[in-house]
Amino acid sequence: MPQSVTLNVNGKTVSIEIDDPDMPLLYALRNDLGLKGPRFGCGMGQCGACTVLIDGSSARSCSISVGALDATAEITTLEGLGTPENPHPIQAAFIEEQAVQCGYCVNGMIMEAASFLKENSKPTEEEIRAALDNNICRCGTHTRIIRAVKRASEAA
Amino acid sequence: MNQILISRRSILRGGGALVVSFAMPSVASAASAESLSPAGKSLSGEAVDGFLSIGTDGIVTVYSGKVDLGTGVPTALAQMVAEELDLTLDQIHMITGDTALTPDQGTTSGSNSIMKGGMQLCAAAATARNALLKMAGEKLGVAADELTIEAGVIKPSSGGEGIGFGELVGGKTFELAIDPDAKFKSPDTYKLVGKSIKRFDIPGKVTGTFDYIGDVRVDGMVHARVIRPAAIHADLVSVNEDSVKDIPGLIKVVREGNFLAVVAKTEWAAVKAADALEVEWSDWKGLPDQSKIYDYVRNSEIDKTDVVATAGDAAGALANAKKTLEATYSFPIHSHASLGPSCAVADFKDGKLTCWSPSQGNHALQKQLAEMLQLDAQNIRIVYVEGAGCYGRNGFEDCTADAALLSKLLEVPVRVQWMRHDEHGWDPKGPPSLADLKGAIDDDGKIVAWDSQFYHAQSVGNAVTLVAADLAKLSHQPGGRAGSVQGNADLGYKLPNVQTSVHWVKNTPFRASWIRTPGRLQNTFANECFIDELAAEAKVDPFDLRLSMLEDPRGREVMERLRKLSNWETRPSPASNQEGNIARGRGVAYCHYHNTFAYVAAVCEVEVNRESGEIKATRFYVTHDLGQVINPDGLINQVEGNVCHTLSRTLHEELQFDNSSITSLDWVSYPVLTMTGAPEIIVELIDRPEEPPMGGGEPSAAIVTAAVGNAIFDATGVRLRQVPFTPERFKAAAMD
Repeated sequence: MPQSVTLNVNGKTVSIEIDDPDMPLLYALRNDLGLKGPRFGCGMGQCGACTVLIDGSSARSCSISVGALDATAEITTLEGLGTPENPHPIQAAFIEEQAVQCGYCVNGMIMEAASFLKENSKPTEEEIRAALDNNICRCGTHTRIIRAVKRASEAA
Repeated sequence: MNQILISRRSILRGGGALVVSFAMPSVASAASAESLSPAGKSLSGEAVDGFLSIGTDGIVTVYSGKVDLGTGVPTALAQMVAEELDLTLDQIHMITGDTALTPDQGTTSGSNSIMKGGMQLCAAAATARNALLKMAGEKLGVAADELTIEAGVIKPSSGGEGIGFGELVGGKTFELAIDPDAKFKSPDTYKLVGKSIKRFDIPGKVTGTFDYIGDVRVDGMVHARVIRPAAIHADLVSVNEDSVKDIPGLIKVVREGNFLAVVAKTEWAAVKAADALEVEWSDWKGLPDQSKIYDYVRNSEIDKTDVVATAGDAAGALANAKKTLEATYSFPIHSHASLGPSCAVADFKDGKLTCWSPSQGNHALQKQLAEMLQLDAQNIRIVYVEGAGCYGRNGFEDCTADAALLSKLLEVPVRVQWMRHDEHGWDPKGPPSLADLKGAIDDDGKIVAWDSQFYHAQSVGNAVTLVAADLAKLSHQPGGRAGSVQGNADLGYKLPNVQTSVHWVKNTPFRASWIRTPGRLQNTFANECFIDELAAEAKVDPFDLRLSMLEDPRGREVMERLRKLSNWETRPSPASNQEGNIARGRGVAYCHYHNTFAYVAAVCEVEVNRESGEIKATRFYVTHDLGQVINPDGLINQVEGNVCHTLSRTLHEELQFDNSSITSLDWVSYPVLTMTGAPEIIVELIDRPEEPPMGGGEPSAAIVTAAVGNAIFDATGVRLRQVPFTPERFKAAAMD
């Protein structure tokens, strides 16, 4: 039976109708809420393309069911960080470093960095690498991404 | 400037109706109907109107058949056109890869986008420029050579009133054949080419406003998932539809031969149904033993042998030499393993099919779909929408065919999203290859004989078989194509006695396709490692040995610059005085891509843990000459990508399979390079504005594996000849 679920996404309370509370959050964000930041990559929490923040910490939206979320849990997607006109410092750093090839992984890289930099605002390069080690990039943008996160940490 | 995003969004928002804005021709076209899109725009690659149109507002729309596979190349193409027409970048509007709008410029592959595609655009722009100057001259009463163009406004050089492109030809067509002799602007007048213009697509990509293929939504669209055979060539025995009947939103289980899919109102219902559907497949165990894959290659029937290089008498020189070496190099099967599993949307209505697809070759795909679905190609439109990074013919075409077949069967728009296991399991694979090398050195440490025999998969058919056509038993030409894999088999050095052949093997275990730098990577790996083997045998420095055989001045400059850039220590390998568990070394490799295009060379520095066998590439130096550089930072980004992507293939990647199917179906079983393994990369570009620009998407990949292998040898004295260089392989080789 369809049921209504309330979520707090990018600072707004939204309600969606779903058939199955086991549906991963990723599908709700993309299909019910029309968000494009989080992307489907593996559906198993291995690659990080779907990463969002939940109460400020990074989480794999492909592996968290909608039904398991508290209505007050603050979900932030890439869109919730900033816009092309007014980018978040991490987004601005990625633009400045041109730290994108195809960009499919970049949602996860930015969201993971946003979570990590909150815990460690002045990381070393090694710490940045370790923090992003479970986010996969196939194009080989690794070194630019590391530089962009470093730049963001220095800008803050 | 975000013109690309705007045009793409307008395409997407239009849904099935496709709203694309461009200047409609107001002059009756003399071109034949075949060369016109349904909207009346020329699709001719020989006509200015094929590539360019100018709006009444002076905005120039560029129609490029070459697309962005994750390289950012549309920004560079826009720079090239804007330069030739003296426009600002915000006066350019790029439309890429739409069979109804863009000329067929061939597949976006082989590092051709700038080298061929961009040069076609420049020729169109230069022709248009001359025509515009002539028209302006007539209107202004000034000779064309006394006019200048600034930001799309043509003015007398002496000053005075000008006239804009929009005013001159806005909304009209040129009706002009591209003049192959139209002169390009002189490099000393460049304002945009050669500058690191920031890519147009990046702000959207880092803020979630960019539309990837997965974001395409069409009115009335349903969601599908495919269910592939449990064994690669298994037949579908039975499907228990009752097993999914209670899933809310399920519309249909579709079965056509061995093609099986579920279609649902919501994406999650399709995922669940694909997972829950009870299916029985026949047994099939036709794959070779993975542990003996190179025996399989060696024992495969040879279709034909091409002698690609000869000089002197290699056999005689080898027979008479005092010192000879022999070695076999092997390169494994790789998956493209796209980060974003394939996705496509198709809408079949009233006998016409529209597909939104991330295919790198939508004109070729148009023909394949026409045959598969028995439609006239003119009734198929394929609109390119970017997917995750594409490094060759991956699963994107197959997924598009899945969507097209389902939409034709159901007559509703269908979105197909492959799951991770579909991508790793069913993308076509880069086939395994072997190289047998023999060499001889004289007392002076010079290479006097070189015999190389390469074993590569023979290409079959004109295109890689579409999975859906095969499974559903629809009309198709069976095909598998590994790409121009003979490239760089011919060693790019001057040697007295050479014999090089490529043996085309008939059988390869998986549907073959090209993956970034096909063959050129495998061949350069073997060639450039074996040179180091001979250098070590002769106790000469590997850099010195290469330079002693290298005549091409551009090749020499790339090497000389690399020597300085990397602070190369001149000595033979392996390095002496290695103490402790971590051995450090450096290796060099050089390649003149296809012996025709870009010149590239790299030094890799490694650390090898002799106990665990773990190999870490810590630093790469790359020198790079592809002639004229359009966008230096964009090129460096590609070089860095080549290094990391190929390092991943070199150290980690190898397809796993049993005798019925592929077993490496995720990122755990098919590991790749991650952040902690990424090296520091130092790139030096050699810009030659007077030389034509060549492609940068592949060449620097060709040298990575060899440089790593040579560095491992330098560090440890252990020669690895089988990719990937895993800790287990290192430990096994170290024991020998």
